[in-house]
Formats: sequence, C-alpha cells, structure tokens
Amino acid sequence: MHIAVCIKQIPDPEIAPSLFRVDEDAKQVIVVPGMSPVISPFDEQAVEAALRVRDAMGEEAEVRVTALTIGDESARRILKHVLALGADDAVMMSDPAFADSDGYATAYALSKAIAKLGAVDLVLAGRQAADFDAGMVGPGLAELLGVPAITFARKIDVVDGAVRVVRVLGDGSETVEAPLPALVTVSHEMGNVRNASLRETMRAAKKPVEAWAPADIGVDAGDVGAKAARRTLERLYVPVSDAQCEFVEGDGAQAVASALARRLVEEKIV
Amino acid sequence: MGTGNILAVVELEEGAPTQLTLELIALASVIAEAKGGKVIAACLGAGVGEAVGRDLIAGGADEVHTVDDELFEPYQADAWLPDLEALSSEVGPVAILMPHTNVGADLAPRLAFRLGSSAATGCVDVDAEDLCFTRPCYGGIAREQVSFRSTPAIATIEAKSFDALPRDDTRSGAVIARDAAVTPDRIRTRVVERDTKRAAGVRLENANVIVAGGRGIGGPDGFADAKELADVLDGAVGASRVACDLGWCPPGYQIGLSGKTVAPDLYIALGISGAGQHMAGCGNAKTIVAINTDKDADIFASARFGVVGDCREILPHLVEEMRSIKR
Repeated sequence: MHIAVCIKQIPDPEIAPSLFRVDEDAKQVIVVPGMSPVISPFDEQAVEAALRVRDAMGEEAEVRVTALTIGDESARRILKHVLALGADDAVMMSDPAFADSDGYATAYALSKAIAKLGAVDLVLAGRQAADFDAGMVGPGLAELLGVPAITFARKIDVVDGAVRVVRVLGDGSETVEAPLPALVTVSHEMGNVRNASLRETMRAAKKPVEAWAPADIGVDAGDVGAKAARRTLERLYVPVSDAQCEFVEGDGAQAVASALARRLVEEKIV
Repeated sequence: MGTGNILAVVELEEGAPTQLTLELIALASVIAEAKGGKVIAACLGAGVGEAVGRDLIAGGADEVHTVDDELFEPYQADAWLPDLEALSSEVGPVAILMPHTNVGADLAPRLAFRLGSSAATGCVDVDAEDLCFTRPCYGGIAREQVSFRSTPAIATIEAKSFDALPRDDTRSGAVIARDAAVTPDRIRTRVVERDTKRAAGVRLENANVIVAGGRGIGGPDGFADAKELADVLDGAVGASRVACDLGWCPPGYQIGLSGKTVAPDLYIALGISGAGQHMAGCGNAKTIVAINTDKDADIFASARFGVVGDCREILPHLVEEMRSIKR
C-alpha cells in the first residue's frame, strides 16, 4: 500500500499579528525574524494521519508513505522534518517553473507527480494550507486524479481496500467510506502529531529528497506555475480595525463587573 | 459564455433555504444586475419542489431549477456534481456562488476544476463589475482580492457577509423541475453513519448575543459560567479553537476560520487572545467586549469595551449584574 501526502511550507502562522506585514506592491508577506517557514499545521496532521494508518495496518501491509511538495529549495528542510517523523520518501518540485502556482496549477503538478509515483492507494492533504486558507488543492486534486474525495477528516482507517473516514461537520460528524484509491483531507481535529525521535532524525538525514522538474512529471514548463494559473492575485493587504477600546476598571472583580454592566446599559448594548 | 447569469447553489435545512443561501442569493442579484443577467438557483434535494422554489424566488432568485432525488441526501460531492455540471453547461453562468460550509467548501474546488475553472473560497466581499472577490487569508490576519482568468468565476460565500433581501412574495419567476442527471453508480462514497446534534437553546449562528470562551476561561467549569451568562442574555455559547481542542466544550462551539462564522450584536470574549483565525469568525460582531489578563492581547484591538483581568473571577459577578439588569 502506498500513501502520498501533499504538504506545503508556509510562513509560521503562530507569529503575532502585530508582527505581520505585507508588501502591497509585491503582494507578498514581509518575512521578519522568527517567521521561518514551517510545514502547514494541517499538512503535518495529514502526515500524522498517514503514519497512524501505517502503524495500524502493521508491517505485513508494507505501507509506504511518500511526502510531496512544491516549493523553493528551502522546502528541503520541511521534507527532512517529514522524513524524521517517519515518512519513507520525499519528493520536491522546486524548479523555478513551478513558482507562483495557484491552487489549480499546484493540483495539476501534484496530479502528474502522483501519476509518476505509480500505484498510489491513498492521497492525503491538509484541509487547507494555513497561509491562503483556500482548501482548493485537496478536493481539486481528487478531481484531476479521478478519485473520490472525503474532506475534513478527524479519523482515518483503511479496511479491506476501502478508506473509512470520520468527517467533521458543523454540528457533529459523519462516517464516510470510499473504495481505494481515494483522497482524504485532514482537519485539525485529527489531534496531536508525534515528535521526531533522535533515531529517525539521524536516519532522515541519510534519506534522499528527490527533486523533480516539469519534464520528470511529463509536463511542459508552460503548463505549470504562474503560466497555468487560473486566478490572479489583485491585492494583498492587512485590514485596519477602527475599533477604539474603552478599558473599564474597578477595585476588584465585583466592582469591574458592575462598572462594565453599567457601561453596556448606558450604551444600550444590553 | 455571453450570458451574465449567476448560478446560486442552494443548501437546505429542514426543507427550507438556509439563511446563508438567502444571503448569497442577495449577492447574486447584485452581480446579476451589474452583468445584465439573471439569478438562477440550483436546488438539489429529496422532496424539493414548488414550495422551496417559491421561497427562493421570494428571496431574490429569478429562476429556480429543482432536482428532486433521494441521492442528494445526505450531501456527497459525487452525487451533486453531475447535476451542477449539467446545469452549468446549460446556463453558461459568469459566476457560480455557493455557501461556504462543509458542502460548499467540499464541492467548489471539484466543480471548478471539472468546469475548467477555479474557485475562491470563504469570500466576504466582491466587486460585482470585475468579479474580483475579497477573502480572508493568513489565518484571518490579511485579506486577498482575486480575479479569474477562467470562466465561470466560482466562489463560496462566508456567512454574515451580506444581508439577505427582505422576503418579497410578489416577485415572480419560473420554478423548473428537472430530472436528475446523477445515477447511483456515479457515487463512489457512502455515508455509513451520521452523528449530528444541535445544541439546545439559541443557535450560535443566529444568536444576537454570544458569550465565547478561550484558554483563559480555565476549563469546563468556565464554560458552565459562560452558559449562565448566555442564558441571562438570551444568547449562545461559543469558543475559540484552543478551548475546543482542549476538550473543554463541544467542537460545534468553535468560532473562527475552521469553525463557525457569527455576527451577533454583542460578542463577549472571555480569555480569548484574538488570533486572526478566531477574529475571522467573529470580526463582524457589532460590539465586542473582551476580558483578558494580558493587556496587550490582540482581542483589545477589535473590542469596544475591554477589561484587563481574570475572566474566571469577573464572570460570576457579571452574571449577577446582568441578571439584576434583566429582572
């Protein structure tokens, strides 16, 4: 059984909003110290989900986990991290031709890379990348691969050639099954991810990261990246809040509560 | 190509269009006017017909296509795609709008790629003339505006971003019943089990007052106090993602980018830091009141009233104060 996990590197989403700046002319985030690229957290949980499936199926199932990413050379570090978590192989598409892909161009390149991997049974991805939060690539990739998709998974089991997924809904959950091959996107409800052990980190250092150019996945450079994009980013900005906060004070919790209640009544809010 | 028609994908709840569906139909009518086309609603479901069609016309649709088939419920992308694909090629819309829910977010990318286009998800604003959509990104801290090089422009619309039109039963329009294009063999997924429960009392999405707790509320007991305050104010309880992930409250309480979007008159944030991904879900509240021990918490930048203090200590007193006001 072969599981492919699609991952993306993004600016650290845990950065304080006050440090977040945008270069509006370049339509890019300004990278400040402490904002080093990390694996998108939802994608890290997709890696975790793949490893849990491998653990659950046991050695006899010979589950192989391959991580795939599109990104510049700095993505190598992210892939090494994923290898250290326990992935078996890693492939990066860092050729400049892939730069400035939109959701469609990304999904297209990934679909060709997955085809090159051969018989992939299960494709996993985060529910959305935590930079643009679009959630396009996962379900869209399923469409391009011609496989069923199940989104927002919090639990994934593989039984008898089918994937069984507990899917998060607005007011609960549902269990959905699909025959393999299939694609599943992973939500944060999947829970905590494992830490890389020292042993795996040492092993990962020796595992190669394959680099594929457009020709390696059988496409022309003009069919990927910015040239293949179907959307245009017109503007990127940080909205300014015009709220003016009035701080309510008082001597002790009782007095504060009373002062706050009084202000809310005065302003006819309650 | 050539038409200025907008296709609006309808989501139903207990046989009637959801509030968000009516909001996106209102938006569709603004775009349709700018583009000189019609608002055509696509209503897929079991038992759908004239009645729901009339609701949609009264809500601003010019034409409604209903497709009545058991296969559409519960929602599965494989079931919905063939009929939406067929309808889209018939109507030739410039844009397709759908609700940003578990349905729309699942469906939009697939329909978009199937139609040779792309999608913008979770949109909160649009330039109707240019079909340029505004959406939150970077965990709600930033906004991007995107336009399309391909047709149709497909967008999922975030709740509470647009006002629904007042219901107008004098509006006229055709309600057309279609035969389903989908057949059982095209549905590869299967819903084995469904476990959904609606919290008792006021619904979070519709509440005028929301009392929401974050890490600073301290634990499940804090949520019990929050519930008391919500009850006094005739409101509902919400939570930040971290409080849900810690298991202090049900996941359905979650407000934010990966949870619910709300726009109450009053939002009381207890021990919530105000991360962008949370504010993306509540930033449209009319008044935000924040209680947080950290005077530099980002929540205060969006709040009208703030208290620097421990919500666990203040909350019980606030419940009493509000109770005496409401008495």
